[in-house]
Amino acid sequence: MHSRGANEAPYYREHLRVPVVEVSHVVKTYGGRTVVDDVSFAVERGEVFGLIGPNGAGKTTTIRMMMDLVRPDSGEVAILGKRWNEAAKNHVGYLPEERGLYTNLSVIDTLVYLASLKGMDRPRAAGRAEELLARIGLLPHRRKKVKELSRGMGQFVQFLVTIIHEPELVILDEPFANLDPVNTETIKKMVLELRSQGRAVMLSTHRMNEVEELCDRILMIDDGHAVLYGGLAEIKSRYRSDSVFVEYEGMLGELAGVGRREERDGGVELFLEKGIEPQQVLAQLVSQGLAVNRFEVVTPPLHDIFIRVVKERD
Amino acid sequence: MSKTLLVMRHEFVQMVRKASFIVFTVAFPLVGFAAIGIYLLAQGAGGGADPADIPAIGYVDEVGIFQDCTTQGEITFIPYEDRQSATDALLAGDLDEYFVVPADYLSSGLVQRYLLEKELEVPGDTAWAMRVFLQSNLLEGEVPPEVAERVKSPMWLQTVRLDEEGRVAAEQGGFASFLAPMIFGLLLVMAIGMTSGFLLQGLGEEKENRIMEVLLSSVSTRQLLAGKVLGLGAAGLLQVVIWLASVSILVGLAADTVGGVLSDVQVPDNMMVLGIVYFILGYLLFAVLQAGVGAIGASAKESQGMSVMFILPAILPFYIFIIFLRENPDHVIGTILTMFPLTAPMTVFMRVGLSEIAAWELVLSILLMVAGIMGGLWLSAKVFRVFVLMYGKTPRLGEIVRYLRES
Repeated sequence: MHSRGANEAPYYREHLRVPVVEVSHVVKTYGGRTVVDDVSFAVERGEVFGLIGPNGAGKTTTIRMMMDLVRPDSGEVAILGKRWNEAAKNHVGYLPEERGLYTNLSVIDTLVYLASLKGMDRPRAAGRAEELLARIGLLPHRRKKVKELSRGMGQFVQFLVTIIHEPELVILDEPFANLDPVNTETIKKMVLELRSQGRAVMLSTHRMNEVEELCDRILMIDDGHAVLYGGLAEIKSRYRSDSVFVEYEGMLGELAGVGRREERDGGVELFLEKGIEPQQVLAQLVSQGLAVNRFEVVTPPLHDIFIRVVKERD
Repeated sequence: MSKTLLVMRHEFVQMVRKASFIVFTVAFPLVGFAAIGIYLLAQGAGGGADPADIPAIGYVDEVGIFQDCTTQGEITFIPYEDRQSATDALLAGDLDEYFVVPADYLSSGLVQRYLLEKELEVPGDTAWAMRVFLQSNLLEGEVPPEVAERVKSPMWLQTVRLDEEGRVAAEQGGFASFLAPMIFGLLLVMAIGMTSGFLLQGLGEEKENRIMEVLLSSVSTRQLLAGKVLGLGAAGLLQVVIWLASVSILVGLAADTVGGVLSDVQVPDNMMVLGIVYFILGYLLFAVLQAGVGAIGASAKESQGMSVMFILPAILPFYIFIIFLRENPDHVIGTILTMFPLTAPMTVFMRVGLSEIAAWELVLSILLMVAGIMGGLWLSAKVFRVFVLMYGKTPRLGEIVRYLRES
């Protein structure tokens, strides 16, 4: 019997130092085609980790190997420092790309049943379910059958199913697909909240720009290969273009070390010559007596970085 | 609670709450009780025999020997002088019909019947009364009265089956003892088909609405399959027990009220035990096979199409026995059908009703079913793991074999 709660705390403490998931050199071949080829990464506590790549890159297969739904041909997956075991399933919440619930079951029964399969005892699950439903305003709908819900409500219920048992690791496969902007914001907020609770969240998506603001670290995969792995800020600065964006008041004079300028979005983008640092440009702006309202090093969106990386590989 | 039990409880509760399950479970006993009730009502209405319904029948005796025994059952024949007076009475509405025994009756046997209404055939009561009336008058004075009485009904046949020691056997055979096992055999196969069909449908839906991935990220394939098979099986068993109990009650009730052949209907002593054993075995066998099919099929509908190949053999023995082996139930084909796991459940009940099954045959049949279940489980578990998360198109047989080899 598995009941979740304080009595299991030592289990976590013991594993606090190890990554929540560690994937080492996994390979998966289907019908002669290598879908995932030697991919390794780790997800840590308290971070949002992005698994990013275009459709068909091998994201879902990678996740399925993490969840032990598919056995890798070679390589290993460790959850909470141990090889995959049934008990580990209780500590993971998984929102698959293809959503689905029992359409004839009521919202509350769905949440309680699926939480109980994650080892949560039913009274506790019922309490958690009501609390979560109340938070997103779905409490009045708890006795409704899933098929009577609107599409957006159904997606919320699915998300709650993923987190109701307070998992250490939350895996979200394309969580924002088909969500309207308001619901997207709500889910994003809840993702950040999970992170602040010290949980590990893994987001898989092909809409790279949509998750930039959420991710701490990313793994970018293309055609089954890991092409980029690391902290998002570090990657972005590595792939920054040599330009700065400035919003100012006053007359902009000649600037040493700046080649092309491009006016856009109520400001100007200044392209720096080789060997010129952004600080040198800022110093000139200040010395010209301009009121600088905004000054930032332009980083390309993830999508542009992806294209560059893929081109470089070929 | 273990996860297998959680799945089992969920499946059981969802199943017994289903309207279709409840209707099907109570429909059979209700129909039986209703049939007996309707019979009794009809009896009650017809029992007093409304005098208006008894036809007024006249006759003209041109031979001159038909004067006695004019009352037969509820019908009394009224003699008329000649055809003309009888026809007048008929046209005046005093008679519903009349018949003439012509002068040459003794050589020809011809009797002419006259009436105004159109009718499909001679009413049974009328024909019987006329026959007995003629017979009684013909025999009167010729033979002793008890002989005349016997001629009316010369044989009341009683067949008694003896056991090896020459005592009257407990099971007497014939239609009466075949009826209950036959009906129950059919119900059993229906229950097996329906319960394993719900398993198939459930898996198909879980695959179709993609909840399968969520389930498998919580429980193992083994826990999921075992929980589903046991939960639905428990619901099916409940249904079968309700039916078995109602067969016994209904048969008793029918014997007391309806009588006739039904008063001889026997429920073999071992039917309760065999019913439960063969339901459990048959259900488990079909359930593991259906689980494999359910994993392969892209949708519940496609899976159901594929599962016909299991359901057909299950029902086949019913037709084989009714058409070919009714007179010869101990034929070697019967033995083969008893041994083949897919046909065994129905066959056993047909044979129990028609003759007897040797103990060794039952033991072997049960062992083979257990072996079939194990083999099916092994194959289905393998198929399940490979196919349950493949969506889209149902794979062809060649692809299935190739994937299984790869795994």
